[in-house]
Amino acid sequence: MNATATTAEKRTGTPTLMQGNIALAEGAVQAGLRCYFGYPITPQNQIPEYLSARLPETGGVFVQAESELASINMVLGAAATGARVMTSSSGPGISLMQEGISFLAGDQLPCVIANIMRSGPGLGGIKPTQGDYYQATRGGGHGDYHTLVLAPANAQEMFDLTYKAFDLADTYRNPVLILADAILGQMKEPVIPEPPYPRLELDKDWALTGANNRPARNIRSMYLEGDDQEQHNYVLQEKYDRVRQEVPMWEQMDTDDADFVVVAFGTSARIASSAVRLARAEGLRVGLFRPITLFPLPEEALREMAAKVNGLLVVEMNLGQMVHDVRAILGPDKPVSFHGRPGGGVPTVREILEKIKENMV
Amino acid sequence: MTVNKTLGRPESLCDVPTLYCGGCGHGVAHRLTAEAIDHFGLRGSAVGIAPAGCSVLLYKYFDIDTIESAHGRALAVGTGMKRANPDLFVLTYQGDGDLASIGMCETIHTANRGESITAVFINNAVYGMTGGQMAPTTLPGQRTTTTPAGRDIAREGAPIKMAEMMAGFDGVAYSERVALYDPRQIRRARKAVFKAFEAQITNSGLGFVEILAPCVTNLKMTPDKAQQWVIDELCATFPLGVYKDRLPTENQATTPAAATQTATAECGSVTHAD
Repeated sequence: MNATATTAEKRTGTPTLMQGNIALAEGAVQAGLRCYFGYPITPQNQIPEYLSARLPETGGVFVQAESELASINMVLGAAATGARVMTSSSGPGISLMQEGISFLAGDQLPCVIANIMRSGPGLGGIKPTQGDYYQATRGGGHGDYHTLVLAPANAQEMFDLTYKAFDLADTYRNPVLILADAILGQMKEPVIPEPPYPRLELDKDWALTGANNRPARNIRSMYLEGDDQEQHNYVLQEKYDRVRQEVPMWEQMDTDDADFVVVAFGTSARIASSAVRLARAEGLRVGLFRPITLFPLPEEALREMAAKVNGLLVVEMNLGQMVHDVRAILGPDKPVSFHGRPGGGVPTVREILEKIKENMV
Repeated sequence: MTVNKTLGRPESLCDVPTLYCGGCGHGVAHRLTAEAIDHFGLRGSAVGIAPAGCSVLLYKYFDIDTIESAHGRALAVGTGMKRANPDLFVLTYQGDGDLASIGMCETIHTANRGESITAVFINNAVYGMTGGQMAPTTLPGQRTTTTPAGRDIAREGAPIKMAEMMAGFDGVAYSERVALYDPRQIRRARKAVFKAFEAQITNSGLGFVEILAPCVTNLKMTPDKAQQWVIDELCATFPLGVYKDRLPTENQATTPAAATQTATAECGSVTHAD
């Protein structure tokens, strides 16, 4: 397991001011994105707009689909040929894609899906939110499956984690979700838009390339004979177990001597880090634990860290989703409190600081 | 006395029994499609996209690369494949509920984009695999398991005529409706499937062939009665014929989509000669 966090300051190269959505899109291009299929929805429109001009420069393919249903199924078709492929959307669009995401998972096809979350339920609004944590980490569609979920917290990570997402998708033959929000998508920050390491090149001996001088291949998620469908599900589950062992990423700040730790991801973690600094300035021994992968959550690291503290506060931009996972991981004996704001409400630094003091007994 | 096999099995059709009911049209439609794959030498570059429905097991029957599609999404899956790898020959095979109901949006937008794909469409006027419910192509008055009193146009709308509709899109290079009720019709159907293949091979746009075929089980008819029903009822609502043919003629065989419309058909006229 590895603790990984990136910002432009930690990278070598020349930073440029980039919007989060553009950084995400360019990260995909640098990862060898061959095809993008998508449908307009705010607050992620800069991704398709940018790629509609950028991809043709690299010999790639951009298609504006007639719907998110079509987008995700185009993604499925392109992924089946072995190409690196992605889509992006938000809220209702991601809901529409769940049918296809379930098929991609069942078919074991690699792809990257960016969800720049908007608040819901229903049409909701375009203000920043983290209301899709459950949808993202539980699979989202029908059936017993998971997508890998990466949660960037700054523009550099929008680039780096998207770049990494393609390697993870190919490695595990699984859809990988980037879960961000309007703040991360719209904010401009310094970014070094260069590959942090050479991209993975795997032989895709499962891809549909035409049965030329080889037996025909088939990609499917339906197995009608005997207990084949049950066995297929065990194959997927074994893969998720490997993912739980190999993929967790997180960042820890000021946790070494901490009595109390805030757990938050993405934008919530950015805000919480300021609250932690203020608490430290007041002499309180407070730290921050930021999961970067939401599936898999860094369970062992969280347990190890939590063993040394008296209590934790989970902060989310929803009314309590990840907090239930944290409680399940740490068990009933560890006090885990919660502070959240739903529907586009953003917790303030002051709010979080007060909650820290309230719960830090 | 010896019996000589005059027609062998197409190379791209697997030598296995199908799970289709006796008298079902899928078997003949599969064979014609496999003949086209062999004829154009596409066994090594074709990818078949199977729908939800009886033909979901396409991979058992065709010796080519295949993938399952979600219900209705075959042409979106095909778009992704063809755009990612234009060297592939992309073949979709869908029924009426799949292509004309749940997948109508994907169908018409793929047609409108003029994707270089060959779409085989089986119209049997019911949902076959799920047990004979009303399809978008169910005939007026036809009893199904969800229209027990017969389809009422005032309530359920009229049958959707896909071959005509597809012909209306500039992106469609070929659209024809055929049937399989006698050897002559099967020969015509074979020719239509070949034309729908040519549309993709010449990069002219979408190639579309609608095949009228009986679902004997859900019609609750014997195969011979079901064929007569196709002639008397299905063909009356869904006239056979070429609705669009702008395939390049032989001396301009490489001219792609911009080619002018070289042949048209009036709705309902059977324009092809044997």
